Amino acid sequence: MQELAVPLNHVLLVSSLLFCIGMLGLMIRRNIIFILMSLEVMLNASALAFIAAGAHWGQPDGQIMFMLILSVAAAEVAVGLGLVLQVQRRFKSLDMDDANRMRG
Amino acid sequence: MLEIILFYLASGVALAATILAMTRANAIHALIYLIVSLLAVAVIFFLVGAPFAAALEIVIYAGAIMVLFVFVIMMLNLGEKGDARERQWLQPRIWSGPAVLSLVLLCELLYLISSIEGSASAGTVTAKTVGIALFGPYVIAVELASMLLLAGLVGSFHLGRRTLERGS
Repeated sequence: MQELAVPLNHVLLVSSLLFCIGMLGLMIRRNIIFILMSLEVMLNASALAFIAAGAHWGQPDGQIMFMLILSVAAAEVAVGLGLVLQVQRRFKSLDMDDANRMRG
Repeated sequence: MLEIILFYLASGVALAATILAMTRANAIHALIYLIVSLLAVAVIFFLVGAPFAAALEIVIYAGAIMVLFVFVIMMLNLGEKGDARERQWLQPRIWSGPAVLSLVLLCELLYLISSIEGSASAGTVTAKTVGIALFGPYVIAVELASMLLLAGLVGSFHLGRRTLERGS
């Protein structure tokens, strides 16, 4: 439509930068709440890539994938935060290294 | 021209807020930075021509999911002791190894992506178009998403019960 629109590769660059920051957070944090936040950042970065690709072709499919990612993120956060409450009750700590054995 | 400037501003805000969110010791501070990052990503969605997705990003991500995080953090009541423990875990010797590893992956990604050409927005994709596609060819995906959300509801109800220890 416009001649001077946002270049596609710059949106994808931002998306990959966000994904790498999320992955770095996932690797360096041991607190389970921060691990869940990093997962959110990574899901959000992939959603940005989908939106950018869908907008590049002018098709609604990217936004539909975004909505599916949104519902996956919502379900994952609900279950993950339930697990956070159980970990806090059992181990009295949010450190994932305390919960690295399969037996409770 | 204006939208390009807005795009670079919004992406700078998103990246800075995400980096700050990943390095905070206090969980609530990190959460507020994360909300700022999600709002900036919503601005990017709007600029590339997806206003419906931008609205959903603000309402569901920055609204509902982040409020869930706030509730759980306040239920856990971490306090100053938790902050001190987080600072102890954030020593540079802990994060330098993973940082180098993800930097390598990031360089590969940036090299590959920078060869793509073309503009990111071919006009605005309205909510009407998305709705027609959603309940036309993608109706199975809608059903799958609803089953996933139901499974998440049942699972979080089961996990959130206080008497899980007695049953197992």
